[in-house]
Amino acid sequence: MTEGSVILEIKKLEKSFGGLKAVDRCSIEVKEGSITGLMGPNGAGKTTLFNLITGFYKSDKGEIWFHEEEITGLPVHKVVRKGIGRTFQIPRELREMTVLENLMLVPDNQKGEYIWNSLFRSRSVRAQERYIQDKALDVLEFLELIDLREEYAKNLSSGQKKLLELAKSLMAEPKLILLDEPGAGINPTLMKKLNRNIEQLRERGKTFFLIEHDMDLITYLCDTVIVMDRGRELVQGTPEEIKKDERVIEAYLGRA
Amino acid sequence: MEFFVGILNYLVFFAITAGIYAILSLGLNIQWGYTGLFNIGIAGFFAVGAYTSALLCGPPPGPMDWRIIGGFQLPFVVGLLGAAAACGIIALLIGIPVLRLKEDYLAIATLGIAEVIRLILKNESWLTNSVWGLKHIPSPWQVPIQGKIFAFLKTHPLLPAWLQSFISNGYNWFFLALVLLTLGLIYWVSEKSIRSPWGRVLRAIREDEVVAGASGKNVFFFKMQSLVIGAMIMGIAGGFYAHYVKFIDANTFEPLYGTFLIWVMLIAGGSGNSKGAILGSFVIWGVWAGTDLITAYLALSGVRAASLRIIAIGIMLEVILLKRPQGMLGEEKRVSKMF
Repeated sequence: MTEGSVILEIKKLEKSFGGLKAVDRCSIEVKEGSITGLMGPNGAGKTTLFNLITGFYKSDKGEIWFHEEEITGLPVHKVVRKGIGRTFQIPRELREMTVLENLMLVPDNQKGEYIWNSLFRSRSVRAQERYIQDKALDVLEFLELIDLREEYAKNLSSGQKKLLELAKSLMAEPKLILLDEPGAGINPTLMKKLNRNIEQLRERGKTFFLIEHDMDLITYLCDTVIVMDRGRELVQGTPEEIKKDERVIEAYLGRA
Repeated sequence: MEFFVGILNYLVFFAITAGIYAILSLGLNIQWGYTGLFNIGIAGFFAVGAYTSALLCGPPPGPMDWRIIGGFQLPFVVGLLGAAAACGIIALLIGIPVLRLKEDYLAIATLGIAEVIRLILKNESWLTNSVWGLKHIPSPWQVPIQGKIFAFLKTHPLLPAWLQSFISNGYNWFFLALVLLTLGLIYWVSEKSIRSPWGRVLRAIREDEVVAGASGKNVFFFKMQSLVIGAMIMGIAGGFYAHYVKFIDANTFEPLYGTFLIWVMLIAGGSGNSKGAILGSFVIWGVWAGTDLITAYLALSGVRAASLRIIAIGIMLEVILLKRPQGMLGEEKRVSKMF
């Protein structure tokens, strides 16, 4: 498998909610160009870790490094600009807006976001809009959502909404994409499509870090799997190694 | 023929009022229809616009007035710009503390501020002349236009009565043209901006603030722009109102006329659609004026008649919300289109 440099490094990260230590001195590395899985029983701190990386939560202690640059404590929109995209566990689509509009919102620093430009410099705004629309259509074409481009986002099925989440994160041109349970609630056909998309995107140089419970999907996709338990990393290895590891079985099923 | 001219003259009067309401609805449409900002203090901005323009353009205090300032007799356009600026500043001051909070707080704040403004109008006599209100607010270019019309009628005494009646209403036609011109300009600004990326961000905030923020948009800044621009438009409507009716006092800006009716107009016409906001204003003002004729015909006492009209409008709102929640013209499916 690809032996890349480290794209994301988490050093002894901590986050408490009241008395509960959701993430507890957690240290993790994600290699560039890999598809890394994150597993763990419910409440292990996986989604909290994602929220810390993407700036939705502020960590209490520890450091987050992205491309050899510290990003600890940056606000959400700055993390996005650094090149980390994310999808939500439960899709958050802009309901009364079309699929295309959902995507066209994402690119940063659009000239037309300044009302003055929109009113009086429509020529350059229009040129940029055309460019953004082409890009959005490309992404929709790639994810095979193109026929739904003029549909209200609220009318999509839950699986399509998951793809829309992925599409939105691609619009920001991220280097690293965090997927929170991409497989949950998706039918097998759509799942295969999603797997194919993720592999193709990896070939284009994207790195994936994904939370997943489905062992089949993990085995199929991931080069490396990290298992978390009680806010810390427990084991790291290939899917095959993880399956056999007793500590993992213990964490999921409890000690005998 | 005289009958028809009478109706026509009434229609002009009707269209001026409805047009002013349409400007207010367009302001609310930017705040609520596009951005989801729940402003229930429209009357406050309406009043500030009217008083600002009246004080800038009106006559200095007379011997019987309580107020000691105002009355700069500036041109009409300056009055409108001043009205817009005053409303924009007030919106900014409300927005700084409140727009970071959840949307409910904006509703409470705007309601409260509107009431405070009404009390200031009633009590701060040095500025607002309190309950005696502001009188003799000049209508723009009325003196020269009216003068020409009278001179013309004097030199042509043999014209039929209906034509004389038509011509003597000439100034109202002129005022209507001013209102419609302004309405058209605000419509253009509002359409062009909502279809642009700027409007797309506003609509994203309306749908889900967190998503807009996660896409790198400065949510607070965009909400502030929406609140301020909407309030400025309301201020312009206030200015037109003051210069048309020539006399304003605190009671003119009761929440019923100043806030509730405008909400009904926007929701009936189609929230999120500028054409809908305008259509709703004309239709609802038509219903409102129409019920006035009916209650007058039924010879009800003033209080009972007024209550009956409010009930009628309330029922109408309920029916619309149940049967056609998107309004007469709903939001278009694809709003962002610049090319």
